[in-house]
Amino acid sequence: MSDLIEQWQERVRAAAAAGTALQIRGGGTKAFYGRAPAGELFDVRGHAGIVSYEPTELVVTVRAGTPLAELEALLDDSRQMLAFEPPHFGATATIGGCVAAGLSGPRRAAAGALRDFVLGVKILDGRGDVLTFGGQVMKNVAGYDVSRLIAGSLGTLGVILEVSLKVLPRPVAEATLSLAMSEAEAIARLNEWGGQPLPLSASAWSDGVLNVRLSGAEAAVRAALARLGGEVVAADAADAFWGGLREQTADFFGDAALDESGTSLWRLSVPSAAAPLKLDGHQLIEWGGALRWLRSTVAAEAIRERTAALGGHATRFRGGARDGQIFHPLPAPLMTIHRRLKHAFDPAGIFNPGRLYDGL
Amino acid sequence: MNFDAEAPTPGERDVDFSAVDKVRLVEALARVLPAGALMYDPEDLRPYECDGLSAYRQLPLIVALPTSEEQVVAILRTCSAMRVPVVARGAGTGLSGGALPHAHGVVLSLARFNRILQLDPHARTAVVQPGVRNLAISEAAAPHGLYYAPDPSSQIACTIGGNVAENSGGVHCLKYGLTVHNLLRVRGVTIEGEIVEIGNHALDAPGYDLLALVTGSEGMLAVITEVTVKLTPKPQLAQCVLAAFDDVIRAGNAVAEIIAAGIIPAGLEMMDQPATAAVEQFVHAGYPLSAKAILLCESDGTPEEVAEEIARVRAVLDAGGATEIRVSRDEAERMRFWAGRKAAFPAAGRISPDYYCMDGTIPRKRLGEMLEAIQAMERKHGLRCINVFHAGDGNLHPLILFDANQPGELARAEEFGAEILELSVALGGTITGEHGVGIEKINQMCSQFSRPEITTFFRVKAAFDPAGLLNPGKAIPTLNRCAEYGRERVSKGHVPYPDIPRF
Repeated sequence: MSDLIEQWQERVRAAAAAGTALQIRGGGTKAFYGRAPAGELFDVRGHAGIVSYEPTELVVTVRAGTPLAELEALLDDSRQMLAFEPPHFGATATIGGCVAAGLSGPRRAAAGALRDFVLGVKILDGRGDVLTFGGQVMKNVAGYDVSRLIAGSLGTLGVILEVSLKVLPRPVAEATLSLAMSEAEAIARLNEWGGQPLPLSASAWSDGVLNVRLSGAEAAVRAALARLGGEVVAADAADAFWGGLREQTADFFGDAALDESGTSLWRLSVPSAAAPLKLDGHQLIEWGGALRWLRSTVAAEAIRERTAALGGHATRFRGGARDGQIFHPLPAPLMTIHRRLKHAFDPAGIFNPGRLYDGL
Repeated sequence: MNFDAEAPTPGERDVDFSAVDKVRLVEALARVLPAGALMYDPEDLRPYECDGLSAYRQLPLIVALPTSEEQVVAILRTCSAMRVPVVARGAGTGLSGGALPHAHGVVLSLARFNRILQLDPHARTAVVQPGVRNLAISEAAAPHGLYYAPDPSSQIACTIGGNVAENSGGVHCLKYGLTVHNLLRVRGVTIEGEIVEIGNHALDAPGYDLLALVTGSEGMLAVITEVTVKLTPKPQLAQCVLAAFDDVIRAGNAVAEIIAAGIIPAGLEMMDQPATAAVEQFVHAGYPLSAKAILLCESDGTPEEVAEEIARVRAVLDAGGATEIRVSRDEAERMRFWAGRKAAFPAAGRISPDYYCMDGTIPRKRLGEMLEAIQAMERKHGLRCINVFHAGDGNLHPLILFDANQPGELARAEEFGAEILELSVALGGTITGEHGVGIEKINQMCSQFSRPEITTFFRVKAAFDPAGLLNPGKAIPTLNRCAEYGRERVSKGHVPYPDIPRF
């Protein structure tokens, strides 16, 4: 165990003994996400570096403080990638923060979410113990799947020290198409295409235009291009488009201060075939219909109610007060399990308290 | 805060349930269940005494066969109140003894939960009861050009509830994922009788990823009453390449080279010479018997895609020193290529009175080392072993051949198996890739995990099942058991098999 980890163990034990809340922070690029961070700053960037990477094993093991950009550049050298296309939201993003936030980008509906690629984690729990779960292999059912539990838990269960991720080869060919159609038509077409063996790897509908990305073997992409019709988008423009979507730098997301206008950016995760939202605001649809971004001034209750009626859940992604509900409220039996899990990993309640839900 | 003082550490030792009173329990359950949903005569209990791991047998006190979720709730509330262990069971095809009954407990069979409740071809989802067979889902989806991707070899018989409990894989999981990657939602009942909806029909759910936690939890967190699975478009075409090698290591390297070329085949399997010989006399797949190892590499997709990928695979295998390469010319030939691989377990049963199937997973590059070590173990234990692998993901299924009627052979087979599993851990892998820990590999959990990690597992269990009544004694060893097993590693830095070269 390195000196740094030993220091961190001491710090966690002392914080637990004193009941001091710790705000775990990597590059701080996702500090906007979730309920308001609280507690003493616990900077984890010092634990950085690639532990092992063997392209033929399709696995990379990396310390959590490693910049995401550095990891992606390394994979790119071997023509591999993080297939879930995680958003960076800034140059300083770390892989630890990426896993803690659990967010996936445009390729998610086709390739899987971040949690699908997490093979193992090493964490520091609230007792100051270093624990390893999962491993570096694709298939592993020994013990409960704690690695995936940690993914997306917003640092509330422990300090992520190291993660092993499955990586995939970059597609041989990629092309983007642009088609004009209405919201309802886009939802219908995307679900129809989703049921066919087409190499769809991303989709985005907004303002009457549907963009779809095709990825895979040359022949498959060529055949799909011919079949789907629409206009082919030039490669540079396509890269910029999907990049802008992934990083939320596209015009839709805007940089106008959301708070001042009373507008929030909502992330609505719904069944892909769910009907149009019929909520006031400006909308962008990703993930074959399953992710609907909404910039809106409509009251949170109304948005949550409509999303729940469609079978999904709503997150206030940006904007609005951060001391209230950001994530969709949980039914009582699930909340009980959440509280018990939190207590299991962090009995003194010191890690990112309240970041996910009040009392967690 | 002194954590040791907060509460006794969970999972310190096995809990004694011998005080359970069968007569009182039968009375209590009879009050909440209809006639015919309860069995307690030893004759009726016999079919439930084991699962696919028949070396371990135990009669339960009672078997309950509920037909509705309300009945499941009533059974669990009753058992919870009377502190009775409950073991959920699907088709009983599991290979690790996960559904082995508890001597003082109830077996809760989900066999009557056998309906497909909803199949939505547009949204590509199916809502099914846990007792629905894996293959039945694909059959129901077939008219829509869809199927359920995970295909464990027992898919004709195994149920989706059991698949969720074990996080089952199959030969196509390198490309299409395990059960955990193909689920959207699980509805279940906790031991306290609370109905929980975990996940939903969207692509993610708020809060912690409980869906991942429940998947592969071996019936220890909740009893599943409903499952929503994702359906995948059926590829237009699948073609299989069969390649022969005169050296096992070279075959292993070819696997790595295929991946290095940026190809993710739909399936990538390997068999050694003894395995090939065993299946050939059983199914006549036409395998080259002189080869030291054969690879099966499947490509699927559109006809253009498949043609392109097969050409790339061929080039890699040629360069990798394959002595023979055959590409399936039609569906019949493809099925014949696979028939041998899929018949490996029954073939082992044909050439030997008994066999013991292992399930370790290792990094692919350690395959050669593992095979050499297994050869040495064959001599040491005086038993033969034939090897089939899900080579693409490093999941090994060595089949140890033995005769249970010969005194001492079962014990030697178990020692042999334990040695393979512990070497899997030492090589950077895991003791189980897809069959689960159950009762079978519970001692080896002590070599894979440290005390605090095992304690954490018990705490996770307690978050769902505070009284520890769901499938007690399985999957996670008590600390006491690990101490008795006597091989607990103080730290993971300790490596067994120091004589094996590492690089």
